Amino acid sequence: MSTLEIKDLHVTVETEQGTKEILRGVTLTIESGQTHAIMGPNGSGKSTLAYSIAGHPKYTVTSGTVTLDGEDVLAMSVDERARAGVFLAMQYPVEVPGVTVSNFLRTAKTAVDGQAPKLRTWVKDVKEAMADLRMDPVFAERNVNEGFSGGEKKRHEILQMELLQPKFAVLDETDSGLDVDALRVVSEGVNRAKDKTGAGVLLITHYTRILRYIQPDFVHVFVDGRIAEEGGPELAERLEAEGYDRFTAAGAGA
Amino acid sequence: MSLLTPQRPTEGAHTHSAATMVPDQSRAERRASFDPADFAVPHGREEEWRFTPVDRLGPFFRDEAAGADADWHEELPEGVTLSTMPVADWQALGVPRPQDRAAAVAAARSGGVAVVDVPAEAELTEPVRLRLSGDGSDLVHGHLLVRVGRFARATVVLEHAGTADCSEVLTVLAGDGSDVTLVSVQEWDDSAHHLAQHDVVVGRDATVRHIAVTLGGGVVRLNTNASYTGPGGSFEGLGVYFADAGQHLEHRLFVDHEAPHCRSNVEYKGALQGETARTVWVGDVLIRAAAEGTDTYELNRNLILTDGARADSVPNLEIETGEIEGAGHASATGRFDDEQLFYLMARGIPEDDARRLVVRGFFASVVARIGVPEVQERLMEAIERELAGEVAA
Repeated sequence: MSTLEIKDLHVTVETEQGTKEILRGVTLTIESGQTHAIMGPNGSGKSTLAYSIAGHPKYTVTSGTVTLDGEDVLAMSVDERARAGVFLAMQYPVEVPGVTVSNFLRTAKTAVDGQAPKLRTWVKDVKEAMADLRMDPVFAERNVNEGFSGGEKKRHEILQMELLQPKFAVLDETDSGLDVDALRVVSEGVNRAKDKTGAGVLLITHYTRILRYIQPDFVHVFVDGRIAEEGGPELAERLEAEGYDRFTAAGAGA
Repeated sequence: MSLLTPQRPTEGAHTHSAATMVPDQSRAERRASFDPADFAVPHGREEEWRFTPVDRLGPFFRDEAAGADADWHEELPEGVTLSTMPVADWQALGVPRPQDRAAAVAAARSGGVAVVDVPAEAELTEPVRLRLSGDGSDLVHGHLLVRVGRFARATVVLEHAGTADCSEVLTVLAGDGSDVTLVSVQEWDDSAHHLAQHDVVVGRDATVRHIAVTLGGGVVRLNTNASYTGPGGSFEGLGVYFADAGQHLEHRLFVDHEAPHCRSNVEYKGALQGETARTVWVGDVLIRAAAEGTDTYELNRNLILTDGARADSVPNLEIETGEIEGAGHASATGRFDDEQLFYLMARGIPEDDARRLVVRGFFASVVARIGVPEVQERLMEAIERELAGEVAA
């Protein structure tokens, strides 16, 4: 049983217009096995939250804390966070030319576990996980994200989540750009990984569509760098019907 | 097989060339001569010398015999012979002429040409190995001719190591229908200077791959020229270079398409690390009016790993006929991509390992195409060592 705890997190980013505060006091606690959906309009800071947890150097944490079972995540380097059990499925995974998927997965698994996986079981695990995600086996010999379609990139992200078995997975708009079939396949992958390892999931999305496949325990509405409203799955249904107008109007008036 | 340089059929074929072009604007106008006196001592502002630190290369331009002999070590597979030839006989073969003063001096003053002959229809299973080890700062002239007979298949690995001032002229005559791979490895000490002109003459329907691997040397400047004696020839120029602080590594290519239905493909990739690391890549391709059906592409990529390094990349493409299959070039020089680093680190991979993966990956597309396993392995090991040096620093 693990806990990822975010307390009063403030994050800035450097822009051409100077320093801009994107996160303005985010507090959120996720336990193992829980799924939290973070929903919000474009530009509300959802992705910034994801990248700040993972440690992207572009974002500066000015105050607040992120802890994993009491350990200070913000003091860790990017790779240390991953090895501690935090995983980020990226919205725009980057290409790494000349590095094959199979080499990349094995290197990452070795790094996360602290030892190389047993060859026989590893090959089998990779094959099965790829088959479950309806990925062609030739995928393993392609270069990481090079020439991948949008859907292939997202499957590849979830493939990593299934194989690396993190304690907490942050899924940054994993649903965007997916057709309904791909969305179902990817969602099944997330649910499988969760069932297998009891991971906590922070599901960041603009749309409610993915929540039909991945049931959230909690829904947080993210507006203007902080959580504006919290509730259970019924809040997502309400957003589906009403949209974000209610929150953005309130945000503008505040 | 005739190796005589064919007559230039393009004179006057284009009305615009004489009327509107300033002479020497075409790569074809560049001077070529066996006589060193036809070239002035360069001062560094000439087009062909403007990137090169000529002030460090004084001895290369003196029209006199070298003070020392090159120390060659060779391994010849069965059937391959090594002999010497007077310079005049070499000239009489109609070989491409030197294109700058250093090459003209090296060719005229070498005292003789080392000739490697691969007989017609031979199929070598082992590479021909030639190794030049320098052990001093005296100037040495290296003058080599590699002749591969028709329909033969051969790989030649030419290695340079140690320290020397080495001025080299290498001519490769690839017979009709032959399949030739020439790998030139420059693993000099930092005190070495090396100027070279490599001329590759591609026979009718021959396939020639020229591969430059440059990993060390104070100044290395390798000019590779490809030309064709008949239709159906294919030239592939591959290059990998890794420059550290204080190193100037320069590669210039000139592919002269005069025969129709020939192909050329040039791909050079370089990495730079260290404050004063310097690389230059110039890729000239000329498609003459007679070279219908030509298919050519050239690409240069540079990866700058640290601040202060500088990479110059100049692709030039001249096309005198519209009747071609394809012609293109691409050049890109970029810093190490921090987003790639973040992506790999976000999967738990430590920074040093992640950097190594990215750099290895950057070179992988060229390295995989070298096709000589021992060279590929040594190259990847050398790149690992270069990166390990960076990590320690």
